[in-house]
Amino acid sequence: MTEPLLETRGLRKTFGALRATDHVDFDVRAGETHAVIGPNGAGKTTFIKQLSGELRPDSGRVRFAGEDITTLSVPRRSHKGLARSFQITSIYRDFSALDNVALAVQAHAGHSFRFWRKAREDAALREPARAILDKVGLVARADVIAANLAHGEQRQLEIAMALATQPRLLLLDEPVAGMGTDESQRMIEFLAGLKGDKTIVLVEHDMDAVFSLADRISVLVYGRIIATGTPAEIRANAGVRAAYLGEDA
Amino acid sequence: MNLVLFLEQTLNGLQLGVMLFLMAAGLTLVFGIMNLVNLAHGSLYMVGAYLATYFYQATGSFALGVLLGLSGTLVVGIVVELVALRTLYERDHLDQVLATFGLILFFNELIAILWGRSAIFATMPPELSGHVELIGGLRYPLYRLAIIVVGLAVACLLWYVVGRTRLGMLIRAGASNRTMVAALGVNIRLLYTVVFGFGAALAGLAGLMAGPIHVVQPGMGELVLIDVFVVIVIGGIGSIRGAFAAALIVGMVDTMGRAFLKPMLALVISPVAADTAGPALASMLIYLLMAAVLAVRPEGLFPSRGS
Amino acid sequence: MLVAIMLLLAAVPPIAALFAQPFYLDLLRRVMIFAIAAVSLNLILGYGGMVSFGHAAYLGIGAYAVGVLAYHGIDNGWLQWAVAIGASALVAAAIGSISVRTSGIYFIMITLAFTQMLYYLGISIEEYGGDDGMRLGVRSQFTGLIDLNDPTAFYYLVFAILVLFLYLTHRLVNSRFGLVLQAVRSNEARTRAIGFSPYPYRLAAFVISGAMCGLAGALLVNQTAYLTPEFMNWTRSGELMFMVILGGIATTAGPLLGAAALLLLEDVLQGSSLLPKWVNDHWQLYLGVILILVVLFARRGLAGLLPGRERND
Repeated sequence: MTEPLLETRGLRKTFGALRATDHVDFDVRAGETHAVIGPNGAGKTTFIKQLSGELRPDSGRVRFAGEDITTLSVPRRSHKGLARSFQITSIYRDFSALDNVALAVQAHAGHSFRFWRKAREDAALREPARAILDKVGLVARADVIAANLAHGEQRQLEIAMALATQPRLLLLDEPVAGMGTDESQRMIEFLAGLKGDKTIVLVEHDMDAVFSLADRISVLVYGRIIATGTPAEIRANAGVRAAYLGEDA
Repeated sequence: MNLVLFLEQTLNGLQLGVMLFLMAAGLTLVFGIMNLVNLAHGSLYMVGAYLATYFYQATGSFALGVLLGLSGTLVVGIVVELVALRTLYERDHLDQVLATFGLILFFNELIAILWGRSAIFATMPPELSGHVELIGGLRYPLYRLAIIVVGLAVACLLWYVVGRTRLGMLIRAGASNRTMVAALGVNIRLLYTVVFGFGAALAGLAGLMAGPIHVVQPGMGELVLIDVFVVIVIGGIGSIRGAFAAALIVGMVDTMGRAFLKPMLALVISPVAADTAGPALASMLIYLLMAAVLAVRPEGLFPSRGS
Repeated sequence: MLVAIMLLLAAVPPIAALFAQPFYLDLLRRVMIFAIAAVSLNLILGYGGMVSFGHAAYLGIGAYAVGVLAYHGIDNGWLQWAVAIGASALVAAAIGSISVRTSGIYFIMITLAFTQMLYYLGISIEEYGGDDGMRLGVRSQFTGLIDLNDPTAFYYLVFAILVLFLYLTHRLVNSRFGLVLQAVRSNEARTRAIGFSPYPYRLAAFVISGAMCGLAGALLVNQTAYLTPEFMNWTRSGELMFMVILGGIATTAGPLLGAAALLLLEDVLQGSSLLPKWVNDHWQLYLGVILILVVLFARRGLAGLLPGRERND
């Protein structure tokens, strides 16, 4: 069996007396879509922040593509191939959609200590950005200021920015949060299209999204992973039903 | 002789320290709880000095002057909060800086209209003038000693209020987590007004005590204000404990630097060069101290916000 | 719009000469010098979102670089101005390396405190006049090229530098570098997540801005033929910020409009015989009130009132 693309070993993070992440061992295989679910307050956000680098774990390691990245900063991890979307939409609201994606392209096109040429007329940035907008279905909205996009479009834009960094792994933090039924259905279809192409870690509350997208699911409760398995296995798991799905159904 | 001089300068440093603390205590709370950059805090210091001087002269009683000066500053502080600052809480820091900068211009000029542009003479009460004999034959001005005592007493009072009372609990909670305090159902506007008034009165107290030993003139607050910023940055925004520690450190470093840096430099370099470098370096000392602290601890000595 | 203003400014010297009003030449030169300083501040304050409350430091350093060299008999303008720019850049790098790591209130107070330190340093050096400052005996010499003692020639030099700086910042904020700078202002967490480390970009902008303002300082001391620590007074930093806000933050024309509006306003409040004497005498009271009202009610600044699109982002 090959080494997982992303793995954590003994990851631990406490805030005062609260164990937000408690000895988490977690593996993501290359190419799979791995969902992380759990009730509110289970520590999902804390966990994903340690994967992206926004938080340092108290102890434990994070390995990515065979390399220990535990102490790397967020930008460094981005350059290793980790991209993330945020639970609360995080875009450049006063820039156009195309500008947003072009900036993400620019971040991975060498250093930006270039003071003279107009970045907005730089085909090396604009063309790849436009191609990605096309892929997520936003190309018709390329010149719209991001703040004026619909909520669903903003979420798509955020994923487009993540894709523009040419990641090996996408961390998606509740990509369908706050969406209407139609919008979230479209997003699920879009993510299904990415599946296989990209390795995805999906943190999500929406069970439709999770069970239609995930190859494997890990269940996080009170900072611990209580089960990992295929959707069928997780559905059948009595402990999970008691801790989580039971309350939900 | 040298020991006496050293003791005297230590007391001077302590006295400067407690004055800085009185200014910093209110301001660090305003920064920490309201997230408001208030440049006009120095104006309240000035208002305190002017009002106390005016009332002392008008009534002939120092105690009455202090009392009326303090309550006057409290009223001015609350009016400023209600009229101008309240609308600024939701604005960004840039707006706050500029609007309170406008307030400074306004207050300095208002004072100039009322009392003239040149310095006025603030007298110390006869009971507090003169010197006392301390250990080692050191004769120290009674008035400065009184400032130290008052300053330390206020520090103790603050320690009690902030550490032991319900108001203090809200203040501490507010400095580390504002949304939580609002979620507790506390009347946040009232809390803000109380904290601001409290800070204003402390600044007024510092100003009226400074009156007889410094110059009372328009703009007197701003020079102190920037040193107070240094104190707050070193201590950590929102931390009373940090403000107290940093105020004493800054007061001490500044006083000692001005007193001893020149003679010490003269031992190493030529006296002529020390004559130039000494005062220059002494005036920069607290800012260099700030830089050094920030290089090691960017959030100050006692950061109050959690991550 | 901006072009119209620049054409107007270019036409001032012959018109002033026609009506024998050299005073206006002097006033507008002063306006343009402060506009250069405000343009430099706008780069970090407007586009970079860094609320620097210490920009007067670089005016002072630029002025002292020229003044001190002249005091020691070195009046070559090229050298003086190069030192003004270089020294400002160095000090900006030192102050920036500490302050740019911080944000919010810390950044404001630290930039203010370091500028105050330089102000006290200026006061404490008796050799260069201490508190009182000193006269600049000879203006910067550019032998054979331009004579700064000629008011019109000096005017056009300041004008040319202003045009150059407006164009340079316009290019800069629209370059890759400029977009990163604006991205950090707009959303720092997102910028880090897509792979930018903000610190070096913000620091570079801070240094560039300081260097530009250093040149404004060199021009200012040639304008006043006098230099004092007051150039670095913290109220000067506040005025520069106000110019940027008044004119319209993060706009190309804003700093120029703001510098003109503030200096002309000060001039009118102080000296206009149309206003009653009690306004003239206590003009700062009214300036303070106007300042507060502008911040509270006219957030978009003068550039927001003008026709045409001036915003760059």
